[in-house]
Amino acid sequence: MINILEVNETNKMIEQEKLDVRTITLGISLLDCCDADLDALNRNIYEKITGLARDLVSTGREIELDYGIPIVNKRIAVTPIALVGGRACRSPADFVTIAETLDRAARDTGVNFLGGYSAIVSKGMTPNEEALIRSIPAALAATDRVCSSVNVGSTKTGINMDAVKLMGEIVRETAEATKERNSIGCAKLVVFCNAPDDNPFMAGAFHGVSEADAVVNVGVSGPGVIKHALEGVRGENFEVLCETVKRTAFKVTRAGQLVAQEASERLGIPFGIVDLSLAPTPSVGDSVAGILEEMGLESVGAPGTTAALALLNDQVKKGGIMASSFVGGLSGAFIPVSEDQGMIDAVNRGALTIEKLEAMTCVCSVGLDMIAIPGDTPASTIAGIIADEAAIGMINNKTTAVRLIPVIGKDVGDTVEFGGLLGHAPVQRVNGFCCADFINRGGRIPAPIHSFKN
Amino acid sequence: MSKTIITVVGKDTVGIIARVCTYLAGNEVNVEDISQTIVQDYFNMMMIVDTSGSTKPYAEMAAELDELGGAIGVRIRCQREDIFTKMHRI
Repeated sequence: MINILEVNETNKMIEQEKLDVRTITLGISLLDCCDADLDALNRNIYEKITGLARDLVSTGREIELDYGIPIVNKRIAVTPIALVGGRACRSPADFVTIAETLDRAARDTGVNFLGGYSAIVSKGMTPNEEALIRSIPAALAATDRVCSSVNVGSTKTGINMDAVKLMGEIVRETAEATKERNSIGCAKLVVFCNAPDDNPFMAGAFHGVSEADAVVNVGVSGPGVIKHALEGVRGENFEVLCETVKRTAFKVTRAGQLVAQEASERLGIPFGIVDLSLAPTPSVGDSVAGILEEMGLESVGAPGTTAALALLNDQVKKGGIMASSFVGGLSGAFIPVSEDQGMIDAVNRGALTIEKLEAMTCVCSVGLDMIAIPGDTPASTIAGIIADEAAIGMINNKTTAVRLIPVIGKDVGDTVEFGGLLGHAPVQRVNGFCCADFINRGGRIPAPIHSFKN
Repeated sequence: MSKTIITVVGKDTVGIIARVCTYLAGNEVNVEDISQTIVQDYFNMMMIVDTSGSTKPYAEMAAELDELGGAIGVRIRCQREDIFTKMHRI
């Protein structure tokens, strides 16, 4: 039988160390909504989402109440809209009507974000996919809750450099289209390499075509819990350090697995995966940077940071994998700058640069995330950064992503407020040397040699 | 139905257990186990209870216990047992 010490340990994690379940994300296939008539398509989409997700938010609240663990976000991910809208949409403007429908469905079901305004163009772009991509700036300016992502490469296909170039321009246009709100549209736009089909985290969530009609995915969190556990083993060797992270990750993931199973049962929708991620928030004590510094770094960004992040990412997976029957999504440690007070502090004290963050993305689960850059950064430079990240993902067989915010009218030294979970960020310096001739070559980078496994 | 864990945490005062148990008895909730400690006047109690005989909805009971805690000056939480067993037992 459970004892008072164990009960107190769990409740201390929840109350003092900010243990929570970061998101219950309901994945919904919209493939059966396709129609040649745009109005009919929009109607089908709205009805399917609001029908399946009707009880998502209330069920999440019930589970929170029953177990006393906060479930911070309830969200929806849908089939990449480029696939769904193909028959009905003749222009980017047609696609924007779908974004507005998604926004309305998100608002009416009470979720804070809906992901899947997406295109998977890792090898080539169909005219429909290009039209969707070109509609992204207008779509993100016209909506509040819709999130967009574009997959521009994979280990299996190589990198679609035409799409990379286009995304450099689209990120800039999105920044321009939302410049009155600190270019916030870019905070809802992710460029991926090796995007997973079942990621529950925003802004990159979409419901891949390999998925069932509807599925419940859960993202766990808990950087504060890991940091607290490490405070108890200061000065101990790496074996003890790794073991402590692993044990703690196991406990955190078990809570996520329980919530996932409950949500699946109560909603009558199959359970998909638990995403074992350490997702920070801007609140104090909920920081991945804090864990790395607890390991012995004076500041994130110091030499040793990449090694510390690598072991953290690996131990979180090792601890979590046994705690859940299905693991998927991104699974690892997130290092968004604006959403992690420790990262923000490190940038402000001059310890953390974009180049160091890029190195860190080689060993963590995501990429250059929520980084504010000067508003006059050229599209080709943004495309160059996207190409670098995609190359890291392609060669290392992992997911990488870029979510940069060129904040129009701001420069290095300014700070930008995005609000809520998106946090605030100091504008960071970008290498000013030009890569336009490289980006303008066009075409594809072939798949790496180790992708040929057949 | 799984068991429910009720935890009471706060400054020690006369009659905490009595008042919580009176409430539970009045709502047909059976107390199966109680353990408690007091560290530096800080009261910490855990009860394992069975709510299957109670007609009161779980959410209502949790809200009323929270209110009772407010009246006594302690924090009372109600949680299904699974969150603890999943985390601490394989």
